[in-house]
Amino acid sequence: MRPCAEFAANRQEATRVQLYLPIADIPVNVFLILAMGAAVGFVSGMFGIGGGFLMTPLLIFVGIAPAVAVASVASHIAASSFSGAISYWRRRAIDPLLAAVLLIGGTLGTTLGVWTFTFLRSLGQLDLMIALSYVILLTTVGGLMFWEGLRAMLRARGGRPVTLRKPGSHGWIHGLPLKLRFKRSKIYLSVIPVVVVGLAIGFIGAVMGIGGGFILVPLMIYVLRVPTSTVIGTSMVLTLVTMVFATMLHAVTNHLVDAVLALILMVGGVTGAQFGARAGQKIRGEHLRLLLGLLVLAVGIRFAVELVIRPQDLFSIRETGGAPP
Amino acid sequence: MRLRAALAIIGLAAASLAAAPAHAERLIVSVSNHRVTVTPNYSGGELVLFGSVEKDDKTPANRSNYDLVVTVSGPRADMVTRRKERKFGIWINTDSRQFLQVPGYLALFSNRPFDQIASPEVQRRQQLGLNNVLLMQRVGPDYADVVPNDPFRSAFVRLRSEHGLYREATSAVTFLTPTLFRTGIPLPAEVPIGTYNVEIKLFSDGALVTKAETAFEIVKVGFEQFVATTARHNGLVYGLITAFMALMTGWMASIVFRKD
Repeated sequence: MRPCAEFAANRQEATRVQLYLPIADIPVNVFLILAMGAAVGFVSGMFGIGGGFLMTPLLIFVGIAPAVAVASVASHIAASSFSGAISYWRRRAIDPLLAAVLLIGGTLGTTLGVWTFTFLRSLGQLDLMIALSYVILLTTVGGLMFWEGLRAMLRARGGRPVTLRKPGSHGWIHGLPLKLRFKRSKIYLSVIPVVVVGLAIGFIGAVMGIGGGFILVPLMIYVLRVPTSTVIGTSMVLTLVTMVFATMLHAVTNHLVDAVLALILMVGGVTGAQFGARAGQKIRGEHLRLLLGLLVLAVGIRFAVELVIRPQDLFSIRETGGAPP
Repeated sequence: MRLRAALAIIGLAAASLAAAPAHAERLIVSVSNHRVTVTPNYSGGELVLFGSVEKDDKTPANRSNYDLVVTVSGPRADMVTRRKERKFGIWINTDSRQFLQVPGYLALFSNRPFDQIASPEVQRRQQLGLNNVLLMQRVGPDYADVVPNDPFRSAFVRLRSEHGLYREATSAVTFLTPTLFRTGIPLPAEVPIGTYNVEIKLFSDGALVTKAETAFEIVKVGFEQFVATTARHNGLVYGLITAFMALMTGWMASIVFRKD
């Protein structure tokens, strides 16, 4: 009789779809995670974003530790942004120089972010910080997007043309020194704001487990005045590199990247994204922004509610050190 | 130091002398499996502990009402219990208590309620029941266990119990004959890997008669365990492979779904 025969007898057939996640340390339903990946992929394809801000919360709600969720989603975003970046590269919609300058800030920000992540984890306040930053970032960005989309829609309905800011109007940002000519984007811009934007995105990406595409794209359009032809492709390159970098750092310093979880998410995500992209082309731009704004806002509010209502259990346990063998 | 060692030896000798006449019974125990391999799709199982009470000529002839307490303790680790409090309108972790080298799995089984087996004093000394097991904590500068109804201790035990990792069952040991007994040791899906010690204590008329020990080992096998080990020991290689996997998946997707 084989040694595990007794265990085999106790196991039920219905649990076959259960997969044990090695780092998250819990068994999960493969199809649930796959469906989550596909759903988020659909949304991300539709809006042209990484979808990390949806994926990480979903994983947390399923019961995966926030720290593991953040670290694993980084590699998931790397996969989806790589497939996106390839297709943008083929269409020559990526500005290599702009991407490189953004990356200088991005890698620095990611390093800082992972370091902060480790520090907060040792304080026992990581989950709180993740939740708080989600609330602040998502409600702000979601609210702005929703408002902007609503206004654009009303203007379109009123028959007035959508007035974007005049391309010639330069703010103080364009008066900064160290100017560089970004040929493919056809802009002449100081490197300082570009590096700062990269730094900010890298930092929040590492701490919150989001690619930051939904913040980066508006920042590049409104602050850096990057033309729309190169903005999404270039932002995907930044997302790709910072997320690969974040995956590496999280794996080396915190040992929290769950490769099995990441792989399921990736497969679901890249498939869902294709269908999302097709669906997205059928919807008008301002409607899309309105919807995305609502979605971002909803996730932010969900986190806020979580923080304000009394938790079911006031106590929590965490293992701090293994036994000497 | 030497004095303490000497005292300990004397104490030990005294104890063995005192215990000698009581060693009229012998416990013979065995678990159904000494090496449990947990595969990735493991969703919980049960080990069986068998044993018998062997009497010899020194056993009082009329002694037959035995009580058994089985304590299973898994690999030890440090843990922190944190408590949330409302600050500035939101719930945040404020207070915490560190538990030092506490078992990752702890189960106590007996044939009847502990307070029927022995007096509270014996229960405490022999660590019968989750309330009496020693859970060392760092309380300020001191190392001690606290009263069972301490909020941190009871929350710790409750949370571990909710995951099936700490348990207490006072009717789990069954006597098949007056001297032959068995008990099941449930092992939930989340059991930590490592060595598990099983301590079996035999009581009669409220006093400890004898005890026996055995052990088993839980090993996780398969791809998932390999992943977990690699992640812990070769973080860099693991990160590189994960990143490479992400890039390959993205690349594959761009080929499979290429439209133009």
